[in-house]
Amino acid sequence: MAEVKELGFVEGTWVNEINPKNFVELNITPYEGDASFLAGPTEATTKLWEACMVAMKEERAKDGCRDIDTDTISSATSHKAGYIVEGLETIVGLQTDELLKRAMKPYGGYRVVENAVKERGMEVNPSVTNVFNYVKDHNNAVFSVYDKEIRTFRSKGILTGLPDNYARGRIIGDYRRLALYGTKQLIAAKTADFNNIKVEFGDIKDQIRLREEINMQISALKDIEVMAGFYGLDVTEPAKNAQEAVQWVYFAYLAAVKEQDGAAMSLGNVSSFLDIYIEAELKAGTLTESQAQEFIDHFVMKLRMVRHLRPGAYDEIFGGDPTWVTEAIGGQFNDGRTKVTKTSFRFLQTLYNLGASPEPNLTVLWSEALPQGFKEFCAQVSIDTSSVQYENDDLMRPNRGSDDYGIACCVSQQSIGKRIQFFGARTNLPKTLLLALNSGREEKDGVTCIEGIAPLTSDVLNYDEVMDRFKKAMDEVARVYAKSMNMIHYMHDHYYYEKSQFAFLDTNPGIDMAYGAAGISIIADSLSAIKFGKTTAIRNEQGLAVDFKTEGEYPEYGNDDDRVDSIAQEITHYFFNELKKHATYRNAVPTMSLLTITSNVMYGKKTGATPDGRKAGESFAPGANPMHGRDRNGAVASLNSVAKLDYNDAQDGISNTFSIVPKALGADRGDQITNLVNMMDGYFNGETEADMAHHLNVNVLNRDTLMDAYENPENYPQLTIRVSGYAVNFVRLSKAHQLEVIARTFHESM
Amino acid sequence: MLAAQDATALNQQDPHKLRIHSLETFGTHDGPGIRFVIFVQGCQFRCLYCQNPDTLDVNGGKFEEMSELLRRAKNMRSYFAKTGGVTVSGGEPLLQRGKLLTFFKMLHEEGINTCLDTNGRLLDQQTKDLLEETDLIMLDVKHFDDEWHKKLTGLSNNTTLKLAAYREETGKPMWLRYVLVPGWSDQPEHIEALGQHFKDYQTIEKIELIPYHKLGVNKWEVLNMEYELKDVEPPTQESIEEAAEILRKYFKEVKIK
Repeated sequence: MAEVKELGFVEGTWVNEINPKNFVELNITPYEGDASFLAGPTEATTKLWEACMVAMKEERAKDGCRDIDTDTISSATSHKAGYIVEGLETIVGLQTDELLKRAMKPYGGYRVVENAVKERGMEVNPSVTNVFNYVKDHNNAVFSVYDKEIRTFRSKGILTGLPDNYARGRIIGDYRRLALYGTKQLIAAKTADFNNIKVEFGDIKDQIRLREEINMQISALKDIEVMAGFYGLDVTEPAKNAQEAVQWVYFAYLAAVKEQDGAAMSLGNVSSFLDIYIEAELKAGTLTESQAQEFIDHFVMKLRMVRHLRPGAYDEIFGGDPTWVTEAIGGQFNDGRTKVTKTSFRFLQTLYNLGASPEPNLTVLWSEALPQGFKEFCAQVSIDTSSVQYENDDLMRPNRGSDDYGIACCVSQQSIGKRIQFFGARTNLPKTLLLALNSGREEKDGVTCIEGIAPLTSDVLNYDEVMDRFKKAMDEVARVYAKSMNMIHYMHDHYYYEKSQFAFLDTNPGIDMAYGAAGISIIADSLSAIKFGKTTAIRNEQGLAVDFKTEGEYPEYGNDDDRVDSIAQEITHYFFNELKKHATYRNAVPTMSLLTITSNVMYGKKTGATPDGRKAGESFAPGANPMHGRDRNGAVASLNSVAKLDYNDAQDGISNTFSIVPKALGADRGDQITNLVNMMDGYFNGETEADMAHHLNVNVLNRDTLMDAYENPENYPQLTIRVSGYAVNFVRLSKAHQLEVIARTFHESM
Repeated sequence: MLAAQDATALNQQDPHKLRIHSLETFGTHDGPGIRFVIFVQGCQFRCLYCQNPDTLDVNGGKFEEMSELLRRAKNMRSYFAKTGGVTVSGGEPLLQRGKLLTFFKMLHEEGINTCLDTNGRLLDQQTKDLLEETDLIMLDVKHFDDEWHKKLTGLSNNTTLKLAAYREETGKPMWLRYVLVPGWSDQPEHIEALGQHFKDYQTIEKIELIPYHKLGVNKWEVLNMEYELKDVEPPTQESIEEAAEILRKYFKEVKIK
């Protein structure tokens, strides 16, 4: 590796094995200073971004889709080179031959792709259609093994958003590997892995599967060589300088998003890795700060232009056309050093150089020990752009046993290169409670979804009796949920294997089975009403509870009141334990998230009135948030209620979305920055270890701005807002989602 | 306007409970850092521009156990960092000075910073004891001229100024707060006089200049009380700057809120 030696890197185990973590640990230059070194955009950057803005305007004008290539099944090599403005880009590569032209990736479900194309008034080329007259896709495969109860749970909205007709995503390739090793070494390592799998003793079935997978991974690496060749670049060798390092990492990611249209395809934690190359060149005097920033700006610009072809219905659960190019920034090493580098700052700086943006989904791994200068810059960027989310590094690092991790999708910790997760969307807990109150019948049409739940003895709800029925309902939902997940991921492995991503992972990675639950705040408030007030079910002629009346006061989640917060904890714990009881495909380890993405609106629509006073059809709160307007004691009390939820019960993430008006953060900019830093330290550290919080989306804006954007979207092309584990262009949300965001609690007390 | 009320009972009944109006757990405008602000119920001033007229009635609000307030404060310690803590505002906290003394001692035992936002209405031994447990006092001087003070609040500023003098004697920190109301408290000569009066005070760390605003007006309507300053508009940027310019001659720091 002569070239690497030229950059003067410290050698270690990474030289003889695939181990970017070791490379980063040995070569990183932690940065403890402030943001004053940062550079603005270059002329080329500004010109390129203007071209992107023009293309995005056209995209919005065409109802969110600029163009589709209807002739080609997308793969790493399916499209020749594409440019924004050829000659200006320091980092090259587009998913197709034209900016914002979407490609068809039909292996997840051909029908879904066909419908998405039809919705745009276009037709899929018959030769492509013909392929799927013979080839089974993931969607066909899953449905061929689904049984009646899974279908019922799915159609009634008890289980929703399952990746059974689209790609599961949530897998993060260790894209650093291409830059550090080049394809030649990666192929050699994979070939060695292949030969080490003997297929003679033990679990023969698994061994054969692994061999087949490795074979596909090697072909993916060869495809990446071809793809890079379209741009005149050779990725068979490691990157030789900073520009190549950024480019190689991007190519590795690009291959993944050309081949797959996973719901969320994160980038990982590449910034401090790239910093090592940049730092080496800055030291050698072969690069200026402005050039370094330009590489990052151009890279980030490319990530902002990633698109997938989605049908309209998809927007209900994943509003605003997100791609979740999630990049985890900062955090600490286990040895106490910070992982913050100047390139951590440079990634955030793109929000100034290119303006605010939802993608890439910039996620700061917050630790109490982060350098103060970085904390303050993060707070400043949040105040200015509302484009950043935060996750607790001090909680995840010890709890998940890795200090080299990224965030899959919205909020889920994932050790880079070592583990993956099987995405499982979520179940609707309030709906489950209503099944319990209606003897297992769905609250709208009375169809029996769960057998064996005894009717309640009185319309005045008795807490113990309700809990008994509710637990039975949760047991059943967990059982059906686990079964569905196993089928989905078995089929996904077989029919839509992510070869480009697995090529950058260890050969037999650990797996998390990522379950999810929505509506915890409604559950807490409903059970609190039943326990502390007097709640009466109002039933229709079919005997279905269509409304509830509660007399007396009762505590509501979001006010730092243990009486109700403990109910949220208890139910989370119970449901997760129930999920854990079930066998998992490939021995995946169950985890759970309290996250909704934007599906809280759709869940609301599909769920009848609940005992907490929520009317039928009203939106749920997002993630683990308290219900809108019920957190009456200010922001910290609200944050504290969420912080009490136990991360051990929801290791896939506990999402909290926080909105505050600038003035409520402090009288002036200095105060606002200090208070936001202290607020996050307080939220994440907690008074005790049990109070350490997991995740926070920070929005700093006035409701008036959103209302004006609702009325005059053309004036706000880049207005960004964090929703639930990700950010969106506000104007690209549906009107229903926009109204729901406007209705949320904005902490504004002064 | 609500009639004058006797407030003796407020300081005496239910010694372990505070009569409160509401809580704000993310207070960023009532003292340094992030603060848990307890708005207590009951006030004897009748400020024409009062932004919380619903806190005036000494019989309103609700009782809250101090132990519960302490529990909440302890749950917030991780947010306080080096500067934050608990602020008792109102309403007028001094009307419950005896009980607040107990409460502030409880907070100090937990290492929590205490701040009192007061109009300085009362100065007796209990107030003095309370001030000993008060890490920072924010004293609202509604007007320096006593006649104007009476017009604005219904009462004299005599005790307020005495309390300031007493605080100065103790050597413990103090902030002043001054609400700038066009036509009522923006006369340069009176602002000048205020500065002159306090210029030698060593304990005053800063003065906060709070431009009058109308955010509380709808509360007056809800309470069916007539709002006399209907025609008064918030001060212009220039007049805020003018007042600040005068104050800067006399105070280390002038913060425009």
